Amino acid sequence: MATRTIGSGQVGRSVPRLEGAAKVTGRADYVHNIRLPKMLVGKIFRSTVAHGRIKSLNVSAAKALPGVYRVVTIDDIKTVIPNPFYGPAFHDQPILADGKVHFVGEPVAVVLATDPHIAEEAASLIEVDYEELPAVFDEVEAMTSKAVVHDELKPAGTFPDLKHLKGKKDTNIALDFHLRRGDPNKAFAAADHVFEHTFRSQQVLHVPLEPFVSAAELTETGLTIHTASQSPSFVRIEISRLLGWPENKVRVKVPYLGGGFGAKLYIKLEALVAALTLLVRRPVKISLTMEEQFYTLTKHAATFRIKSAVKNGKITGRDCEVWWNGGAYADIGPRITQKSGFTAPGPYDIDNVSIDSYSLYTNLTPAGALRGFGIPQLVWAYESHTDMMARALRLDPIEFRRNNILRDGRAQATGTQMKDAAVEQVLDRLALRMNWTAPFERGTGPVKKGRGIAVGFKASISPTTSIAIVNVAADGSVTLYCSTVDMGQGSDTANAQFVAEVLNVPAESVKVVHPDTDVTPYDMATLGSRSLYHMGNAVRLAAEDAKAKLSALAREVGVPEGSNVPVAELFQKKYKMQAGNIIGTGSYIPNYVPPDANGLTPEATPFWMVGGTGAEVEVDTETGHVRVTKMISVADVGRPVNPRIVETQLSGAATMQFGFTMQEKIELDGGQITNASFADYKIPSIVDIPRDMQNEAVESEQGTGPFGAKGVGESGTFGVSPAIANAIEDACGVRLTELPLTAEKVYRALREAQGRPLED
Amino acid sequence: MRTINFTLNGEQVSAHVAEHQSIVEILRDRFDLFGARESCAQGLCGCCTVLVDGTAVSGCLYLAAFANGKSITTVEGLATNGKLTPIQEAFLEVGASQCGFCTPGFVLMAGQLLEAHPDPDDDDIRHYLSGNLCRCAAYPEIIAAVKLAAGRLKAGTT
Repeated sequence: MATRTIGSGQVGRSVPRLEGAAKVTGRADYVHNIRLPKMLVGKIFRSTVAHGRIKSLNVSAAKALPGVYRVVTIDDIKTVIPNPFYGPAFHDQPILADGKVHFVGEPVAVVLATDPHIAEEAASLIEVDYEELPAVFDEVEAMTSKAVVHDELKPAGTFPDLKHLKGKKDTNIALDFHLRRGDPNKAFAAADHVFEHTFRSQQVLHVPLEPFVSAAELTETGLTIHTASQSPSFVRIEISRLLGWPENKVRVKVPYLGGGFGAKLYIKLEALVAALTLLVRRPVKISLTMEEQFYTLTKHAATFRIKSAVKNGKITGRDCEVWWNGGAYADIGPRITQKSGFTAPGPYDIDNVSIDSYSLYTNLTPAGALRGFGIPQLVWAYESHTDMMARALRLDPIEFRRNNILRDGRAQATGTQMKDAAVEQVLDRLALRMNWTAPFERGTGPVKKGRGIAVGFKASISPTTSIAIVNVAADGSVTLYCSTVDMGQGSDTANAQFVAEVLNVPAESVKVVHPDTDVTPYDMATLGSRSLYHMGNAVRLAAEDAKAKLSALAREVGVPEGSNVPVAELFQKKYKMQAGNIIGTGSYIPNYVPPDANGLTPEATPFWMVGGTGAEVEVDTETGHVRVTKMISVADVGRPVNPRIVETQLSGAATMQFGFTMQEKIELDGGQITNASFADYKIPSIVDIPRDMQNEAVESEQGTGPFGAKGVGESGTFGVSPAIANAIEDACGVRLTELPLTAEKVYRALREAQGRPLED
Repeated sequence: MRTINFTLNGEQVSAHVAEHQSIVEILRDRFDLFGARESCAQGLCGCCTVLVDGTAVSGCLYLAAFANGKSITTVEGLATNGKLTPIQEAFLEVGASQCGFCTPGFVLMAGQLLEAHPDPDDDDIRHYLSGNLCRCAAYPEIIAAVKLAAGRLKAGTT
């Protein structure tokens, strides 16, 4: 990827990761490494039924096992946290099951011991008697199901648009978002063609290689939580709320994360370890196993019905109905339903739009954010749909898109004007890299070749705040304090580059202090590709503040403006010794206007992310086997701050979505996950990825971003699934509408197309 | 419980271990070596890779008791006096780690690969590293890093 540096030459340079040496020597700091004095470890006993009332819970055999320190249930938890329900959107999730279980794998009790093997064995001795209740697993069925997951809805109050749901009963709908723009009915009535399709995305999950892990300890001043979390500030605030303590008595520390991808947000194990530590007055650590990750958080399975009106090659109207399978607890699902829901019509210029987006409770593992915050599920549908329309209309899929895409200055469905969103450029670069206009060799034997493209976009999560502190020491060395979590995306390095650019020092010399809520200021969370933009702006402001104060110091000690006197000498002149600090601060919150009753707003997002994918495939028509031979990711990331890391983020995101497209799926049997291990749930390995992978960041600037930059962590995911499905139809004429795109599905579709369908 | 004596990154050590304990557990809890990490716990992801008498094993499945009399090398034992190995240097330069959790396993397996095949092509690399998973999917960079290291080792430039 090309290098485009500016000013001091720090932004736009492929600075090697600051922590690179620590990672290749195995010495990087993770919560995994933490061992505290007199620490107990906890093992969780989990529900075996999807929905049921706990009739009795017998922990006596577990307690009696030698080496067990204590067995804890919700009754014990309530002695330290009387109202033990948490969550970012709804206070619906209990620290341990409270009278009822809502999904298979829900934590019911915890065994504490110093030896994890003893704790595990004891947990297996716990017995529960359940009165099973009717359960619901499908998101569309959940709309009307007689099985209701929660007796009563409990919105958290954090988001004002959920307040009306407080106390609502007999419903599984945690949020319904509606948008109406123009007059879709009129558009459909006047259309030349109307197309309607339904698409499904399956339930998958993050599986960071470092499973969830948290530890807590009591200190002189309160409670310290060491946790693999993407949202240290949220953890502090939510734990304070649960305990009824001031924020400053709760300290949350986060070292490096062994991957996050949206899993390690909000509260996961933190409330549990906090409560356990308060109960036993000893440090407690809980490290989940790989299997337990399947019972903690997944991506939303989703069903999307999309209907379009086309007149003279232009899309004139679009109806979108999206049902999000939120699982047993809301987590951040309602935000996904709304914040991603409003982009459901895609990056197309359509005057008449209606969107109905529903967040549903079901009796499955809770669903939350996963690299794209709902966008890949939407793009999967609207870009498959777009291709199907182009094909039916005998139009070139790229030309059809070009005739309809949203250009800067035009209003998106919410009414927010598009700005700095290079949709057309992404499309153009994809076409060029795919050599789209040249003849395409399709293969002669049973192996057929095809190609496809797709482009998607995403709004940033708004309004959210980031705050940063830049500290210049008396020797001129610079330290950055911020609560952005480096989970592999390279945020330490990028933020150091921003500081370095402003203060004109090498990025490698900037120290980045990791999130520690006693030390680093508030940040909403590291999610949704928001950090490079929001924290980047805060960091830039903090560095500029420090720079202004350094100039003031220079004036104060009589050094002329613009002279090259080293910073250390300025301090020396003022304090007569190596002493003092300059502290620069920066705080950033973008403008935002909440949607009106029709879902419309002039400021829905501070910036747009655009990502497109081109895929070439070979389909073996005798077996249905699909080989993706080429995968091209093109994105608008604004100005690439660190071109090498941008490239890795694009291809890494694309590969993750490639796994969700081709092979990954949580298999269920009556709500029980039957493939909760790497033996049965296969993520892409080095042999699975396409042989030819290319990445490109188009020439672009985000006007409001720090040095023209914006987020990049998710953009590579957007187009992968539909690009491959589009290529499969191009190769062999069959259209798949349900992920993943397995050989079995392709083969079944081929047989059906031949008029000789396979039996189930 | 039993006492085992083994060589750990070149040093003679001993430990009192239970029969069911894995080597990765002992390395973490008794020797403060955190580079080998339990992740999938099934020997399928490679995060727990350690070398036993020079051969890579899944440390989460290798019982500590079997280490008696053996020589164990972990990722922490590769760099000497702070000088990285050519493979570590190449991973660093190319940017072949993201979250870094899987990196020690890849570094150790890449070492095994280059011992067996000093001049590997892409397919050799893929085949050899197919037992190591990277959820961040820095696979293209890992392949590039292995090739860079192979080239330098062959040319004797490191």
